[in-house]
Amino acid sequence: MSHSGRLATNTIGRIVAAGAIVATLSIGVAARAAPPAFEDTMAQRVLACTGCHGAQGRAAADGYYPRIAGKPAGYLANQLLNFRDGRRQYALMNGLVAPLDAAYLAEIAAHFASLELPYPPPAPGAALTEEQRVLAEHLVREGDASRHVPACTACHGSAMTGTAPFVPGLLGLPRDYLNAQLGAWRTGKRQAQSPDCMAQVALALAPDEIGAVAAWLAAQPVPAGARPAPAFAVKPPLPCGGVAP
Amino acid sequence: MTLGRAFVIGAIGAVVMLCILAALVAWLNVRGEDDVRTTASATTGGAVDAALVARGSALIRGGDCQGCHTERGGQPFAGGRAIATPFGNVVSPNLTPDARTGLGTWSADDFWRALHHGRSKDGRLLYPAFPYPNYTRVSRADADAMFATLRSLAPIAKPNRPHTLAFPFDTQAALAVWRALFFRAATHVDDPARTPGWNRGAYLVEGLGHCNACHSARNAFGATAGPLDLQGGLIPVQNWYAPSLASPHEAGVASWPTAEVVHLLKTGVAERGFVMGPMSEVVGNGTQYLSGTDLAAMAEYLQALPAPPEPAPQTARATPSERGAALYGDHCVACHGERGEGVPGAYPALAGSRAVTMRSTANLVHVVLEGGFPPSTAGNPRPFGMPPFAIVLSDADVAELLSFVRSSWGNQAPPVSAFDVSRARNGNR
Repeated sequence: MSHSGRLATNTIGRIVAAGAIVATLSIGVAARAAPPAFEDTMAQRVLACTGCHGAQGRAAADGYYPRIAGKPAGYLANQLLNFRDGRRQYALMNGLVAPLDAAYLAEIAAHFASLELPYPPPAPGAALTEEQRVLAEHLVREGDASRHVPACTACHGSAMTGTAPFVPGLLGLPRDYLNAQLGAWRTGKRQAQSPDCMAQVALALAPDEIGAVAAWLAAQPVPAGARPAPAFAVKPPLPCGGVAP
Repeated sequence: MTLGRAFVIGAIGAVVMLCILAALVAWLNVRGEDDVRTTASATTGGAVDAALVARGSALIRGGDCQGCHTERGGQPFAGGRAIATPFGNVVSPNLTPDARTGLGTWSADDFWRALHHGRSKDGRLLYPAFPYPNYTRVSRADADAMFATLRSLAPIAKPNRPHTLAFPFDTQAALAVWRALFFRAATHVDDPARTPGWNRGAYLVEGLGHCNACHSARNAFGATAGPLDLQGGLIPVQNWYAPSLASPHEAGVASWPTAEVVHLLKTGVAERGFVMGPMSEVVGNGTQYLSGTDLAAMAEYLQALPAPPEPAPQTARATPSERGAALYGDHCVACHGERGEGVPGAYPALAGSRAVTMRSTANLVHVVLEGGFPPSTAGNPRPFGMPPFAIVLSDADVAELLSFVRSSWGNQAPPVSAFDVSRARNGNR
């Protein structure tokens, strides 16, 4: 190959390489999905929530920010009010909802409550011993009358998917989150409207019982098409300020 | 003259001087006060004047009394909110007409003295966290209307919590000295050279609106330069920067259409600016309830504020930050747009935004870390929100991102350092 021919080949090679780089860059730019167009919708308004609670409120990967999609509307509205009015403490939540009125908070709650999205399978966690499993199942389904601890299912529904509109489901939540909430109720960090029935329950349980119940609940799959029960099957065993009569 | 005798004379002289100073301080604290009758005035018992109560109610709303005099989640006007100051916490008292714990035994004269002179019914000097350096300009007629409204509330028995101030700020003597130095009772007088609108605006902004309680810098003693100073200042402890209402580089509105200033104070959002942070509370609980006429008057006054001397121009970082651009693409572009153009009424534009290019970066850091909503108001009941990024972005990331935003699309402002971000993050936890 002549000198000039080599030069030409190199030049062509360079042009091809440059073209490839440009093409790659263009693909790179194109690959970054164009931002979704603005829509005047509730989903657009609550992007402030889904930043932490996951797309559409499906829960964040870290296990700390719970799923909010599909939870009963009254429950969600109560939690938003609890954060706004200081009964629940988490600085980012307290600050976000501070300037919002009850009507808008109820609308935000209704939006997330209306989302029916499939649940992922339970995250693998440490296996429970047979003893822990028996203890957890007993507390969840029977409670302990001697200590005035009602069965979880008495309020949260026999399928543990909650009772509309005020009582949340217990499935599809990470073990860490359940532990943290029950612990917060024991220390008074999380409160509900008075009388605070869950504070009574959490205080009556021993830490190892809370651990067993949280681990057991977190390991249960959420039944397909799970929804809150439309109403209480039996009279709720405890008076709860967050449950309107 | 012996040394001993000189010492005695000197000591006597010093004591006399101290007595004179103390008398001066005491005189400065009570001069100009009318006699307050200790018996209950005509406002207790008697028929309730519905028109007076309604007028007072609008004034109380406009001044956002409820904001400080209500504990978070507590009953309105029953007090208990701790106002954090660099000297400690001042806890707001119960304003409901409960005889034992509220204002039940107060007369209209007592209320006037508190508002105009900053002294309580029992004679105690009040802390200026209660912005009486502004309220002193409220007229007697308005004070009486506000008092009638407070009397009409249902009494709530809620004992006042004590302030938690450090020594010597917890003493009446220190407060007396502060007042002698920084407080004079004052009366609003209309300026005949100005329009009625401007005068009404001055009365509201300098008095009941107590705008400069936040929008001015405070000296080492926590005092502002007076109710006319609206040159901007960092709100102590909260570390939000309340921008200058006079500067065209901050929140001055001289060049805005008046209607837009009114719209911002009425709804919380406007084409040229959104309210966030502490101002969200002010609009949500306060200004949205003011009449259109009063808001237009405030706007007229604010638009006529003289601009301060032009500051030295700011210079942006020469080379835009690639990391900042990438972060913007990942986290911000969906709402604020490829060119920082925002979405009118929903997401503020960042290009050409004074909130972005302002010298103080405290608010930018707050907003990125904590997110937020403008207030829900009658005019904007369903505001769009911004997510908090405190859990996903490091201090260095926030600094790069903000430096990018401050130097893009024509913005020409200096970068933000990770130290600035760290200070805001840790100062507020």
